Parts: sequence; C-alpha cells; structure tokens
Amino acid sequence: MTTSAITSPGGFSQILRSTWGWIKKIPPVYPIFFIIFIVLGLLNPNKYQTMNGAMTFLRTASPLAVLAIGEMFVLALGGFDLSVGAIVTFVVLVSSKLLANDPANAYPAILIMLGFGILIGLVNGLVVSYLKVPSFIATLGMMLLVRGGALYWVGGAPQGYLTDNWRAFGRNYIENVPLFGRIPYALIILIVIGILSYFIFHRAHFGKQILAIGDNVRASQLSGVRIRLVRVITFIICSVFAIIGGVMIGGYGGVNVTIGEGLEMQAIAACVVGGVLLGGSKGSVPNAIFGAFTLQAIVNLLNLLGLPKPYTDAVQGLIIIAAVAYAALSTRKKL
Amino acid sequence: MTTATVSGNEFRKTLRSIHIPPVYFFLILVFIAGGLLDQFFADGQIFKNQAIMLNIAVRSVALGIVAVGQSLVIIGAGIDLSVAYTISITAVMSSYIMQGKTENVPLAILGVFAIGALIGLVNGLTVTKLHVNPFIATLGTSLIIKGIINATFSNYTGSVPESFQYFGYGTIGPVPVSIIILLLVVLGGWFLLARTKFGSHLYGVGGNAEVARLSGVRTDRVLIGAYVICSMTAVLAGLFLVSQMQSGAPWVGPNGVYDLNSIATTVIGGTALSGGKGGVWGTLGGVLIFGVLETVFNQLGVNPYLKTVLQGAIIVLAVASYTIRSKKEAA
Repeated sequence: MTTSAITSPGGFSQILRSTWGWIKKIPPVYPIFFIIFIVLGLLNPNKYQTMNGAMTFLRTASPLAVLAIGEMFVLALGGFDLSVGAIVTFVVLVSSKLLANDPANAYPAILIMLGFGILIGLVNGLVVSYLKVPSFIATLGMMLLVRGGALYWVGGAPQGYLTDNWRAFGRNYIENVPLFGRIPYALIILIVIGILSYFIFHRAHFGKQILAIGDNVRASQLSGVRIRLVRVITFIICSVFAIIGGVMIGGYGGVNVTIGEGLEMQAIAACVVGGVLLGGSKGSVPNAIFGAFTLQAIVNLLNLLGLPKPYTDAVQGLIIIAAVAYAALSTRKKL
Repeated sequence: MTTATVSGNEFRKTLRSIHIPPVYFFLILVFIAGGLLDQFFADGQIFKNQAIMLNIAVRSVALGIVAVGQSLVIIGAGIDLSVAYTISITAVMSSYIMQGKTENVPLAILGVFAIGALIGLVNGLTVTKLHVNPFIATLGTSLIIKGIINATFSNYTGSVPESFQYFGYGTIGPVPVSIIILLLVVLGGWFLLARTKFGSHLYGVGGNAEVARLSGVRTDRVLIGAYVICSMTAVLAGLFLVSQMQSGAPWVGPNGVYDLNSIATTVIGGTALSGGKGGVWGTLGGVLIFGVLETVFNQLGVNPYLKTVLQGAIIVLAVASYTIRSKKEAA
C-alpha cells in the first residue's frame, strides 16, 4: 500500500527511480572513460575533439584492447596468462627475421605467427589441464620460454626491419571514409575480434562454460562441462589474440627487443579496470575493451599534462588500485 | 632379505617423519644431472671444487631472503608483486643516505626498513581494508614505487662504505656472512610459521579466511603482518645487493626479476598459490634449484637466451612433478 502511495502520484518519480536504477547498472568503466576523454578534449581541443584525433587515439588503444579481450577469457576461467607480453615480443622479433626485408613474405609470416599462437596456447592449456600446474606458474614458464626462444632465434637483436605491408595493420588508415574521415585498420581488427568474442563469450554455450569453470570447477565438471577442452581452447584464444595484438603493436611501434615488456600486466589491469574479477566467474568483452581504452586515455592525459613517464607509472598504479577498490566496495554492498 | 626390507621400511619411515619437502629430491636430481653434464661437456668443476657449492649458496642469498617473505604472503593466500621495486628503492635509498660514510649506516638501515614497513602496511591495508585483490594491490604499489624511483634516480646513486660491504663479502671462518643471514632468515620464517600463534593463524587465514575469522582470528591483522614481513625481507635482500654492488641503482630489483622468481621458487618449494599450505624449507630448496641451474649454465657456457628457455621449462616441470598426482583441477 505504501509503495502504491509513493508511486501513484505521478509517473515522474517512478521514471526517475527506474532511470537511476538503470544508471546504477552501468559499469563504472564507461563514465570514467568518458570523463577522462572529455578532459582530454577540453585540454587539447585540436586533437581530441576532432574525428581525426579520436581515430588516432583508437589506433593506439586498439592493440591493448585486443590483448585485454584475450586475457579476459583466461581471467574469467579463474586463471592467469602471463605469457601475453612475451608473445608480443616474439611476434615482433621473429617476424623481423622471417620477413627478411621482403614484403612478399608478410602474409605467410603472419600466418606462421598465428600457428605459433595456437601452439603456445595449446601447450599452456595442456600443462594446466593435464600436468595440473597452476596457470600462474605455467604461463610464467611459457613467458620465459617464448621470450628466450625469440631472442635465441634472432640472435639477441632484431634482424632487419618490418616491411610496410606487415606494419599496415597497426599503422595505416583506410582513407576518405564518409563521416569518419579515416579509420585505422587496428580499429577494424578490434571491432571484428570484439564482435567475435562477444558472441563466443556472451551468446554461445562456450562462454557460459568458461564462467561456470571460473565459478566452481568441480560443479561444472559434474554437470558435464568438458573442462579440459574448454580450458585448452580458452588458452589458445588468449595466445592467438596476443599474436594479433603483437602484429598491431609491431606495426605501430616498430622493432624493439623490449616492446612486449609488462604488457601482460597492462592487459590484466585493463580487464580489472573493466570490472573483471581475478579468480574467475565474471567478465565482459565490452568492459575489457573500455578498460583498455581507459588505461590508454590515462596515459595520454598524463602525457598531455606534461608529466614525465615515471609519474605515469605511479598514477596508473594508483588508478588501478582505486578502480578495483571501488569495484570491491560495490560488490560487497550487494552481499 | 627380510632385514633389508625392514631397514628399507625403517628408512622410509624416518624420511617421512622428518618431512623433507619433495623439492629436495628434485634439487638433488638437478644437481647430479648438472654435475654429470659438467663432467662430460665442461671442466667438471661442480663435483671437484668445494668453492662452487659455496658460490651456489651465495648466489641464492638475495632471492632466498625475499622468497621467505613471499612464502609467508602466499601461505596467507596473498601474493606480493611489489618486492622487486621494494628491493630497488632500498638499494638506491640506502646508498643515497650512506654516501660512502660509515657513520650514516645506522640511519640508512633504519630509513629503508621504515620505507619497507610502510610499503608492507600499504599493501596489507589495501588488501584487507579496501578488499582489493592482492595481485592488483601489489601490482599497483609496485607501479607507484617504480614511478617514484625512476623519477628521482636514473642510475647509480651514492655509495656504500667499505664497512657495509662486510654484509656482501665478509666471512666468519670459511662461511660467508650472507649465507648465515640467509639461514637465519629461513629459520626465522620457519619459527614464525611452525612455532607461533601468528603462523598457525596465517595457515588458517590462507586455508579459509571466513572460517578463520569466525573462529576468532583477527584475519586482517595476520595478513597485514605477513605483508609487512614480506616487505622487510625485500629490504634485507636490497641491503645485501647494494652491499655487493657498492652503489644502488633503480634497476636492481626488476633486473633480477625478484617478484616473479620469488613466487616461482615458493611454488616450486611446494607452497600452494591458493594458500594455507607450504613452508619456508621447501622454498629454500626451490631457491637452491635456481642457484644450481645458474651455476650449471655458466659452467656449460649456455647461451643466455637458451638459459631463459631452459629456466622456463624447468620451473614448469618442477611444479608439475608433484601437481601431476593431485586429483584437484588447477586454475
């Protein structure tokens, strides 16, 4: 009775309340990202208020978003993948050797890389599933293996450069697109991977099975989930996305021995800012993407403010902690 | 024949009763395999030269000290990724405060331990009071410390006086001081875990925090204690490294990969990443495996990149050697 008394006088308060309820459901990563992006726009209108500038931003942010999506799959499973950064280094170094400065080798080289991605993910998944090594350790070992292997293969220093057609994926734009001006290839790759992952994770059984395993391995096993198969495929997805991210990062950044260093932590941080719980059972593809965008926007913002690189690290650390503390606060309230 | 089996059983029983962590069998295996390879392909120093054994131990000191702290945190179902940069900040700050003068040594030591305590406190409070996942909390503090030291120091800063180098190079009789300190730290860790209330509470919190809390354990305090102790061990390791290097540089910690290596050695030693199980003696075994591998690779003149590859493979195999029998699924 009391509720009807409150709601009956007018639809207004009800609408207000339902809107508020709807707003409360929006993950915090979206308002955070848009606030940072608006601040960027206010500080540097020439760059961030134009379509061109936004596209440049998306070109730099897309590779991390691809890595974050892959990492999100493994995190949702309750695992970690620490080999992501090393895979990026591997892609860049080994590609520079495989290309042998000949543009004709670009596409075969990328195919070979994708093959390596499947292999690395397969080994990660098998080691975790059958040797029962915790994924933290399994992928830590893989990180050393992949990084050491890449450096050993190329003899410690990059061999030659990356050809322009190889680099196009991370560096170039499709010019003269109506409405948008130009669209970076990197964004198109991200959109394709994002949509694909969205269907795998949010629409297909496979995604539910990942979440089930992340929540309770034993229960999902008893209810007929083929946990080892799901796990192996998940690790393969993560490694293959790391390879794709590596091609984009190499295209954008060029050859560098330390190019992938710390990217696994960045990818994990992006997921966490996007509300993914470490330990499994929660994840979202769009949130992971916007987590990565937020991290990149923070870096751009700090650069714009003229803070030197070291402070960027420190502020990023603070923000990551704050984001997770905030998320933890809101989930605890529900309990 | 019967007597032989009986004594065999007796032997097994005594082995069981002193609970040697299985990692030591792996350590012996690695040592013998490495020694044999050295015999055939190099000058066979590993089996012949006593100094090599000592060298393996000295090599393991810094990692060993941090790994004891890391074990405590991991037993409490936490993880500490900030130890590498805690080592760095200790190295630069202590050598900056000392400036090569003996009279500054006490102040420097006091200063860096205070910094360590602060870092541990921040880690512990963030994990327990703000409910931030320990992986992220300590990754965050690690980034913060990294930012601060890279903004303030670029390379070698200050220097340590000769008197302080005693920590890194001094010996008592034939035994290096650093090894004695490592053993004291391990003994201290063992005592804390096995003989104090704090230790039992830590196992309880790591095993099931909610049950521990309901049984009257002040879980937050216990965890904060573990993080503070872990940061303190990182400080001690940093002091040891700076006394060897004679001048602190901000890259000492990350270059030695002390964060991931200390976690790897802890897990190799049989401590479960999920917490509630393990001990520091196993961790010491894991650290010694790293030391032996390093020495063997140097003896054989293995390519440094191939070394990384082999290290990665051996970490996984060492952990796999006992997880493979577990019936529980890993995550």
